[in-house]
Amino acid sequence: MIYIRAFIVGGILCALAQVVLDSTKVNPAVIMVSAACTGAILSGLGLYGTLVSYAGAGAAVPLFGFGHTLVQGMMEDVAKEGWFGLFTGGFRASSAALTGAVVFGYLMAVLFNPKG
Amino acid sequence: MPRANTREKEAYRKLSIKASPPRSVLRNAVVAFLVGGAICLVGQIVLSWISSTGIGRVQALSRTQTIMVFLGAFFTGLGLYDKLGGVAGMGAAIPITGFANSIVSPAMEFKREGFVLGVSARMFQVAGPVIVYSFIASLLVSSAALILAR
Repeated sequence: MIYIRAFIVGGILCALAQVVLDSTKVNPAVIMVSAACTGAILSGLGLYGTLVSYAGAGAAVPLFGFGHTLVQGMMEDVAKEGWFGLFTGGFRASSAALTGAVVFGYLMAVLFNPKG
Repeated sequence: MPRANTREKEAYRKLSIKASPPRSVLRNAVVAFLVGGAICLVGQIVLSWISSTGIGRVQALSRTQTIMVFLGAFFTGLGLYDKLGGVAGMGAAIPITGFANSIVSPAMEFKREGFVLGVSARMFQVAGPVIVYSFIASLLVSSAALILAR
């Protein structure tokens, strides 16, 4: 069942990040950066694509999936137009998420005020 | 000033352990697992719903990520996501909803400094580094794959 696999894989990725945070005491922002970079490396090794087909959103929703999206986009564009694809694929593949982050992020920050 | 005797020191040590918040690594990991898993389950429901329209796999994943970004931004605006983050830690921060939270939270906070240097500059306090390093890492990984494939 894809829903159970998404829950378990997504949960494990978050729990791993939590264990690293608790045992190293680094800044949470550093963990978020490392997660995206780890996703890129795992994607290059061909492992993260397999995890996405196995767990769906369980692998695509955590930040690890962001790195995977970038690598996937770069590889696709490299296959199409050669090395220059390295400069086009990343933003192309992540365009929807990044545009959403800019537009919705700005909108919500303007509409709402901090609580408490 | 009289020095505290051993018994007093021992009592103080016990009291301070009791008063400080519980910092069990296992407990934090379990909470992160449950909350992170639940957010990914929501993502999967969205993904299955979008996929049922017969759209391509890559587009469906990208739309799911965008919807999750919207939800993360919205619940941060309502003031609920930061509360969740306080309880779940990385369980709330690692899903892409946490990425949206890292954008809206400081942007709202610094609104009083104006819309340019306040809201829009602070939006990328955490998201900026994530974007910078993930692009550099991805470019290196893809270059390596390109070279190795020759």
